[in-house]
Amino acid sequence: MRKIALLLLGLLVAGSLFAAPEVTFTVLNGAEPPTLDPALSEDNASHNILLALFEGLLIYDPKTNDGIPGMAESYTVSADGKQYNFKIRKNAMWSDGVPITAKTFVDSWLHTLDPKTASPYAWLMAMVVDGAQAFNEGSAGPEAVKIRALDANTFQVDMVGPVPYVSSMLPHTIFGCLPLHAIEKFGDQWTLPENIVSNGPFILQEWKPQEVVTVVKNPKYWDAKTVKLDKIVYIPSDDNNTRLNMYLNGEADWMFGGLPLDQIDALKVRKDYQVIPQAATYFYEFNHTQAPFDNVKVRKAFAMAIDKKKLVDLVTRGGQIATDAVTPAVPGYVPPKGNAYNVEAAKKLLAEAGYAGGKGFPATTILYNTSEGHKKIAEYVQQQWSQNLGIDVTIENAEWKTVLDRGKNQDFQVLRMGWIGDYQDPNTFLELFQTDAGQNYGKYTNPKFDELIQKAARMKAGADRFKALQQAEAIFIAQDQGIIPIYHYVNQDLIDTAKWGGWNRTTYGWHPPKFIFKK
Amino acid sequence: MTKFIIRRLIGLVPTLFVIVTLSFFIIRVAPGGPFDLEKRLPPTIKKNIERKYHLDEPVLVQYGRYVLDVLRGDLGPSYRNPDHDVNYFVWNSLPKSMLIGVLALGISVVVGIGVGMISAMRQNSWADYSAMSFAVIGITVPLFVIGPVLMYAFAMRLHWLPTSGWLSGEAGWLTLVLPVVTLAFPYFAYNARLSRASILEVLRSDYVRTARAKGLRDSVIMFKHVLKGALLPVVSFLGPAFAGIVTGSVVVERIFRIPGMGQFFVQAAFNRDYTLLMGDVIVYSVILVVMNFGVDIVYGFLDPRISYS
Repeated sequence: MRKIALLLLGLLVAGSLFAAPEVTFTVLNGAEPPTLDPALSEDNASHNILLALFEGLLIYDPKTNDGIPGMAESYTVSADGKQYNFKIRKNAMWSDGVPITAKTFVDSWLHTLDPKTASPYAWLMAMVVDGAQAFNEGSAGPEAVKIRALDANTFQVDMVGPVPYVSSMLPHTIFGCLPLHAIEKFGDQWTLPENIVSNGPFILQEWKPQEVVTVVKNPKYWDAKTVKLDKIVYIPSDDNNTRLNMYLNGEADWMFGGLPLDQIDALKVRKDYQVIPQAATYFYEFNHTQAPFDNVKVRKAFAMAIDKKKLVDLVTRGGQIATDAVTPAVPGYVPPKGNAYNVEAAKKLLAEAGYAGGKGFPATTILYNTSEGHKKIAEYVQQQWSQNLGIDVTIENAEWKTVLDRGKNQDFQVLRMGWIGDYQDPNTFLELFQTDAGQNYGKYTNPKFDELIQKAARMKAGADRFKALQQAEAIFIAQDQGIIPIYHYVNQDLIDTAKWGGWNRTTYGWHPPKFIFKK
Repeated sequence: MTKFIIRRLIGLVPTLFVIVTLSFFIIRVAPGGPFDLEKRLPPTIKKNIERKYHLDEPVLVQYGRYVLDVLRGDLGPSYRNPDHDVNYFVWNSLPKSMLIGVLALGISVVVGIGVGMISAMRQNSWADYSAMSFAVIGITVPLFVIGPVLMYAFAMRLHWLPTSGWLSGEAGWLTLVLPVVTLAFPYFAYNARLSRASILEVLRSDYVRTARAKGLRDSVIMFKHVLKGALLPVVSFLGPAFAGIVTGSVVVERIFRIPGMGQFFVQAAFNRDYTLLMGDVIVYSVILVVMNFGVDIVYGFLDPRISYS
């Protein structure tokens, strides 16, 4: 008996020596994810985790962030570019073994668009899928949405036009498929670890709010052999100093953004410091509904009186790219030149507007949401306008919800804002400033601009479409100075790429965990 | 005495009612609502959300509905964190804040009173001066400085403790050390200064002089006669301090990643998560009024001049 016990013990020891050690990847993920429901998520922290748990028709390419096959093994596009046929994998299934078919996608998309679901990001789908907007806004029933299951494995979608950026948009979790059988059963609480059913490379093991979210490899995933990580631990914390300390102390493998500004200079020289230009723009909005910023000369003078190069070199210091245009460059699209830094021209324009040397200029305030970084930038801009235009503006901070509320009510003069592109196309930035757009807080309006954006939306990919968007942007920035673009953001992360593979520098900042592995 | 306790307990109900009512309306005055996002929601969708949470009803109806729910023990859904409800957040985070708070307060009381006693007995000695200077540091230096300094020293340099986290992680109970010590520091300082001052005062009183004249030993005088009277100010400080400390210190919870109530409280305020915010307010006020009530009872035992009969 004892011999057998010894033998077993020996086997156990040997087994544990030879078995590959479990690979855990720990991510400092930023704030607590408010939800793990793909239809309700609208923030980066949730999106990061959802990329591990759920998979749509396409997934992000780890290098380019363009769409590559996910639940759909292939797709075809009609000659006019408007109709897509997706072939759903035969072996696609949920973590509970329920198969995923074309009908699953039809039901999921309708669930996301359903006004009762009240998805905060459904607009992205509503923007491209034919009929989706009408259903989402409640003016038509679900039958208006032009999606259908042709057979068990063919999912067909009619787009509103030949939307050229569909493939880079589809990996977004809002286009994912949803386990409606679980949603019906558990209601709002279907995402809790004991209830959740998912179809991504990982499944949810635990979710303790403000403490940890842990996901483990999904054995039922169609491409489980590619998945190399056994476990990912997402740590929610928005205290950036604590996060940095954890990373430096070896308690985490990837610090996702949020590097403390006052430590950037020391971090920049590290080998594991990753800086990647991001498709995102930091800007100041004008209130176009009131004097003095209803005057284009004033707007131009203010824009041309800021030395943005100096701002990114001395204030933000993280490799941000100063810009006079609102869109970052996309392959094939060259943003128009905006109105560059030119103090003499700015002074002249201000004088032409009737405020020579800043005399008689009404009291002006820059409004920004409370943050150390925004404050430093506002102070710099304040100093620039004082020095270059002779205008002393005040700066005012308020917490985020107050800023949004005041923005929506045009209760500001100059407002700090920013936008991160949702897909790889200039349209993701430009459409924000159409007359009726939800985020056009300054009420910029120019019928010609709206017309060009609408026209481009119906055009096929190619040089002509980009030309229309370029014209629109030239009107918005160079001619009208609708806003002051300040810089393009950069993603700043800490991760040792000598230790972790499959993590690439991508402009859209998504790092699908499916492809991450330990070297 | 029993009569007094019952009368006071009944008196707590209107107090709580007033707190709940005022907070319910004040919270709604803040600009922006829970569903005001950066990108404006289509009006139909916003209406649907509002209908789902009954936010489309007149405020008074909402208030009535809310009070009835609370009386049934249901604090409602969280607007911003739809996957969990408010009861879940409160009952999961409160015990964590309480554990940290009770440990910190316990340490601060024992060490604080001990140091205060030694300082008072050796008034104007080097021990007194150094203890009181240390206490001044505790009172004046804010937690968001003490926390990171301790973290830097013990986690980053000495590697004795983990930087942050909660019990369930690998480091286990070691994760409690830094937050508890940080949180205890200012309370320790207050306790030390308060007890020193009141012990000094009592030491000069007539009844202590009488005890001395009767030839009692110093230790008997201190523990039997002085402390009982000298602890009154400490006790009245402890009531509200307890309520404050167990409902979570936002700063300490953020720095050391404690999944306690303080974190949820602040985020709920920023997110205009009305129900979560109200849930926290209710729990906080119940603890506060109960603690104040407890202080009154303890007073009765400590101070013979107070009688509730």
